Amino acid sequence: MSALLDIKDLKTWLDSSGGTVRAIDGISIEVARGETFAIVGESGCGKSMTALSVLRLLPEAGQIVAGSVLLGGEDLLGLPEAAMRGVRGRRIAMIFQEPATSLNPVLTVGRQIAEVLERHTALRGEAMQKRMLELLVAVGIPDPARRMGEYAFQLSGGMKQRVMIAVALAAEPDLLIADEPTTALDVTIQAQVLDLLSGLQRASGMAILLITHDLGVVAQMAHKVAVMYAGQIIEVASREAFFGAPLHPYSRKLFQALPGSERRGGELAVIRGQVPPLTTEFRGCRFAERCDLAWERCHVEVPGLTACDNGHSVRCHLYDGGKGVDPGERVSAAAPAAPGATDVSEKVQSGPALLSVDGLKVHFPIHKGLFKRTVGQVKAVDGISLDIATARTLALVGESGCGKTTAGKAILQLIRPSAGSVRFDGRELTRLRGRALRERRADFQLIFQDPYASLNPRMRVADILAEGMQALGVADTVAERAARMDRMLAQVGLNAEAKLRYPHEFSGGQRQRIAIARALAVKPKLIVCDEPTSALDVSVQAQILNLLKQLQRDLGLTYLFITHNIAVVEYLAHEVAVMYLGRIVERGTVDAVLRTPRHPYTQALLSAVPALDQAGERKIIRLRGELPSPANPPSGCHFHPRCPQAMAECKREYPQPIRLGENHEVNCVLYRAQTR
Amino acid sequence: MPFLPVILWTDALIYLLLAVVAVFVWYVRRHAHLRAPWWRVAQTPAAMSALVVLAVFVVIGLLDSVHFRLALPAAPDTRTDRAAPRELAYAVDVKSALDVLLSSIANRPERTYSAPLATHAYAKETVELPGKDGEPGRQVRDYPRLKYGGAHLRDPGRDWGPDVLRTAFRGAALALPLWLLAALVLVAACTPADRLTSRDFWHAVWRGKTEVPWRAILITLGLLLLVVVPVMLLSRHYHVLGTDKVGLDVLYLSLKSVRTALVIGTLTTLVMLPFSVMLGIMAGYLRGWVDDLIQYFYTTLNSIPGVLLIAAGVLVLQVYIETHPDVFPTSAQRADFRLLWLCIILGITSWTGLCRLLRGEALKLRELEYVQAAQAFGVSQWRIMARHILPNVMHIVLISVVMDFSGLVLAEAVLSYVGVGVDPSMISFGTMINAARLEMGREPMVWWSLASAFVFMLALVLAANLFADAVRDAFDPRVRVGARKLRWGKTTQAGEA
Amino acid sequence: MYAYIVRRVVYAVFILIGVNLITFALFFKVNTPDDIARLQLGVKYVTPEAIAQWKADRGYDKPLLYNARAEGRHKFTDTIYFEKSVEMFRFNFGRSDDGRDIANEISMRMWPSLALAVPVFLVGMLLQITFALMMAFFRATYLDFWGVVLCVVMMSISGLFYIIGGQYLISKLWNLVPISGYATGFDAFKFLVLPVVVGVIGGVGSGARWYRTIFLEEVGKDYVRTARAKGLSEIVVFFRHVLRNAMIPILTGAVVVIPLLFMGSLVSESFFGIPGLGSYTIEAIQAQDFAVVRSMVFIGSVLYILGLLLTDISYTLVDPRVRFE
Repeated sequence: MSALLDIKDLKTWLDSSGGTVRAIDGISIEVARGETFAIVGESGCGKSMTALSVLRLLPEAGQIVAGSVLLGGEDLLGLPEAAMRGVRGRRIAMIFQEPATSLNPVLTVGRQIAEVLERHTALRGEAMQKRMLELLVAVGIPDPARRMGEYAFQLSGGMKQRVMIAVALAAEPDLLIADEPTTALDVTIQAQVLDLLSGLQRASGMAILLITHDLGVVAQMAHKVAVMYAGQIIEVASREAFFGAPLHPYSRKLFQALPGSERRGGELAVIRGQVPPLTTEFRGCRFAERCDLAWERCHVEVPGLTACDNGHSVRCHLYDGGKGVDPGERVSAAAPAAPGATDVSEKVQSGPALLSVDGLKVHFPIHKGLFKRTVGQVKAVDGISLDIATARTLALVGESGCGKTTAGKAILQLIRPSAGSVRFDGRELTRLRGRALRERRADFQLIFQDPYASLNPRMRVADILAEGMQALGVADTVAERAARMDRMLAQVGLNAEAKLRYPHEFSGGQRQRIAIARALAVKPKLIVCDEPTSALDVSVQAQILNLLKQLQRDLGLTYLFITHNIAVVEYLAHEVAVMYLGRIVERGTVDAVLRTPRHPYTQALLSAVPALDQAGERKIIRLRGELPSPANPPSGCHFHPRCPQAMAECKREYPQPIRLGENHEVNCVLYRAQTR
Repeated sequence: MPFLPVILWTDALIYLLLAVVAVFVWYVRRHAHLRAPWWRVAQTPAAMSALVVLAVFVVIGLLDSVHFRLALPAAPDTRTDRAAPRELAYAVDVKSALDVLLSSIANRPERTYSAPLATHAYAKETVELPGKDGEPGRQVRDYPRLKYGGAHLRDPGRDWGPDVLRTAFRGAALALPLWLLAALVLVAACTPADRLTSRDFWHAVWRGKTEVPWRAILITLGLLLLVVVPVMLLSRHYHVLGTDKVGLDVLYLSLKSVRTALVIGTLTTLVMLPFSVMLGIMAGYLRGWVDDLIQYFYTTLNSIPGVLLIAAGVLVLQVYIETHPDVFPTSAQRADFRLLWLCIILGITSWTGLCRLLRGEALKLRELEYVQAAQAFGVSQWRIMARHILPNVMHIVLISVVMDFSGLVLAEAVLSYVGVGVDPSMISFGTMINAARLEMGREPMVWWSLASAFVFMLALVLAANLFADAVRDAFDPRVRVGARKLRWGKTTQAGEA
Repeated sequence: MYAYIVRRVVYAVFILIGVNLITFALFFKVNTPDDIARLQLGVKYVTPEAIAQWKADRGYDKPLLYNARAEGRHKFTDTIYFEKSVEMFRFNFGRSDDGRDIANEISMRMWPSLALAVPVFLVGMLLQITFALMMAFFRATYLDFWGVVLCVVMMSISGLFYIIGGQYLISKLWNLVPISGYATGFDAFKFLVLPVVVGVIGGVGSGARWYRTIFLEEVGKDYVRTARAKGLSEIVVFFRHVLRNAMIPILTGAVVVIPLLFMGSLVSESFFGIPGLGSYTIEAIQAQDFAVVRSMVFIGSVLYILGLLLTDISYTLVDPRVRFE
């Protein structure tokens, strides 16, 4: 059987100021009809370039220097540009990571779909309109006739990606390239979109080339998997073989670096060093510098792709007969790395609350009309209450737009709350002003999501670290400050010489360490971590999570951990609070909430998280519709319009918290009966 | 002392500007991340060629910014008390170092117009032919010989052509060794640093393979020398660019105009820079009523047509000068003060653009996480603006300063034409064009004043524009366009048949 | 949206009041009518009586802001501020210092100004956009490179030289059209051709280069990649996607200058002897006729503010994102 897409020894190079970047350095893959082929890898490994090379849509600096891309036996690289345009959109279609920017902002949705039909099909007029409606229905867009006349900015993120899929499918392509199709979306929306893609594939029999960094998405979607590292494919296998027993040391490490409940006690595996720059000429294995199992041969001889049993092949000297590895030695990576030595702090019962938040509200006024009168409120945070005890971690979980970041800033008094109280160490913060507040600021600090935006590019690391100490008078003399800086840098695992350098000289993970050191320098008791790992690759995320955990152990820090990543919560947090549209719907210990979720929203959220193991069998609770606007939240329980178990009562008033156990509370009328 | 130094207002500001530039260069050299974009500028051939040209203009302008009054030759001492030290008397007119250097061409006035390199006047006059044997000569209408231009030629009709050519060739021949000398100095200076042999280095330069585009720089320098040296030699005996209505040498006028253009181009932005930077950042960072107020302020100023505001401002100054003659003892000081005033008013009309840009940028920056981190430390707002916002908008300020330069040089010409530019007694491109324009109707046309102003302005403005482009490309990440490899046609990807 | 526009109009009025106060201060406080009289009369004829007479003739002999000797509301209306500045809001500009009615003069001189400025604006825009599109379409080729070089060279030449060069070449050397002058009706055509051509050429360099960067910024956006991935040809991508989006900043940027076209062009009107508002302004400046300069400042501000308002409105028209907010 010949493959639909057959890439042979493809090489794509990019010109850059630092020399020629060998973004793709000889990859070969075959994608069969009707199958989903996933390319997985960390950022910068060349997976997106592969997609763009297939369509010959490389950026101006890029160039395909060798290889062939056969689509149904025809070499796309040899086609003249005009013929290639007939392939794009007709036989190969593509959807991109950012639905928000990938649609033209000034053309209607209908126009953008019609464009493809006009280009590639004979449909016109009525027939075309009918086909467009069909397409929008097929991708699950409600009220498609109206949506056709709307513009991209009027749609939510999930809807935009559905429109992108409709555009891609319009001419019924043989192959769909999906480049991180769900990375920009929330997990419940991701579940919807992934469902949609596999449903459409079943219906039309098209092949999907799925490009992603998320092993969970791969586990759910792929038939075959290729792992890419530094411009090369290092492992190809069927999904079952790959998730059953990954062979390449890099793949194994990736699995071990994933956070999750099974690793709670121990440390996550980390891959030391960094991906080598692709401007280098490699003499040995590209992974050798970072590999724990590497020996001399790995540094001097480039490994080839070795075929193992049942179509599993791997680019590693361990398997090409060089060192005769006993198959039994192959560790199953999906299994826990270390037996769950339970965390010490797990057993410590929570003491008195260090931070206690009660009825916190942040409302932003909406001004409208001639005199800019306040006509309404965006209820970003609408009465949340939580407690964190010293040296514990509370995770505030929710999807984008639920108000979790605003809540974090309001707790730190960076945004002044509209109502409610925030007591820190017994002292009310919301009433403090000016000096009094500034003096307390050393006690609570903040770590941000984007390590590139959180450090001032014009300041040396030393100045960055000194700023807080100076402002808060933590160390008075220059010498004291310098000494403290060295200590802080050592604590986050950086050299003291880093002080003299500028942020741009560091990688993302190192920058996040500097940001942590900056916060630590003023001796805080509480740190609010706002998605500190979501911009990082899995292996780097593992390093930061390990560091945070170790700091908590050593310094007795308390964390308020704001995240959307359930796996991170499972690994790091003691307690968890789930937020939906400005309110907390469920809170309790991690075990209680994540093992036995009670609130229908929590249940839906957890079911939507793609899991590695139970692939295929799990049941995703499908949520209707989208997150409503916090400017105009539904009456009663905010979740009732989307809730599969909503009752008439839910519309009327917001349910009071109901205690389900010692450490578990839920705001849902379903459980009222149990307590009465 | 044989001279009395005079520091005009604009001189002082130019010295200040030089000091600021020197500090800036010193500061940038010490900071790698600031050095990097300048290094990119240094690698752009067009920018470096432009810089060579600009450097020549700047040297001329600086020489013209050293002012003094020369001591008058001692008059016979007629005082009774001879023991007291003699008071030195100084000339009323203020001279500059450039005037002294150019004294040979500045002090050779003809009666009126003469064409470039001419030996005879441009218009016929009644000339008295020397009569024979002491008889009164005949009077004829003819082109009279010039007093200085080509005065050394015995028979201009025969000698003029060969003399001009010979002098020009001599100049070109002299330019070559000068150029070689410059090249040798370069090789000597760069070889140890690059750890190459001088031959390798020379080869690299020759093939344009050096990081700093030395080849482009050397070519520009060579061309400049090829023009400048012959002109210098020719100007010893000729008016290379002709003379104007009152017989002044146009080359001299053109060189003197350079300083005016440079002053307008630089000081205008710099006098208003502190305000626009401060107000722009404050509006963007503080928001609220401060923002409203500043926005109202600059929108109001902006809505007044610029030329009219300048006209009003210049009229105000005229009234002031007329009512306070004692403040300005010399005409040079009066003209200089008017120049400064023009810079200030031009600045007032043009600072709003930068202010708005900075406001927008500060609005973006205040939402960045490092600003929030500083807020979480309780750092004061002024400190945040100074440490976090200001350094991160400096590239915009720099780009706007270099981009504005050429526009302002061009604006000066137009304003002088409208009659609200520099003082009519101050030599500038605007006054040159204005004076020449009145003679457009003459037949044959008096073209050389216009042509000189055109060539000098084009060279200055074009060099400034090219340099500004490179600076913008280096500092503004948004305008950088992928690879710099040019193609001949429209191809999209590899594999194109 | 209407509330938004009404608010902008109110804001515009406040700005006009600010402009009015600034011009008043500049023309009556910093330069007092006495100074102006002295300047106008010339050194020889300055006597206190002559100044008083000059001021009385032109109504400058009243108090600036408050007339203590007048009755009732005339205490405020019988002042220089009211008569010379507030009256402008009713477009009553009074008489120029040489005694002619300014409003009448403006209404007559407006048409020649428009006859020159409108074609320069329209043809210039068209040419600049075409040229910019061409460079952006052939980006990173030699065509683009030399196009940019040409633009930079053209924008490095002073506008005065375009005029002088045009007059010399076309009028003097080739005798195609008159050097300067103006006529009414269709005869104006032969006088306008050269100024229009010169105006268009003078603006092409900077305009085309600016629009090119706007186009290039759009070309780099994600939706352009999507359009290419649909298999659309480069021309369709350019005209349907890039041009549409780039027109938003281009059009809204151009709208602000449309009202100012009334003001005419200072330099080219006076060079070509076209009796428009631009040459009127220059003559007033050169004659130091403050009444006219003041009126032109006011009109200029009104037109600029009108331009800002039109910009706001045009945004809501061109950009669906703003329209639906």
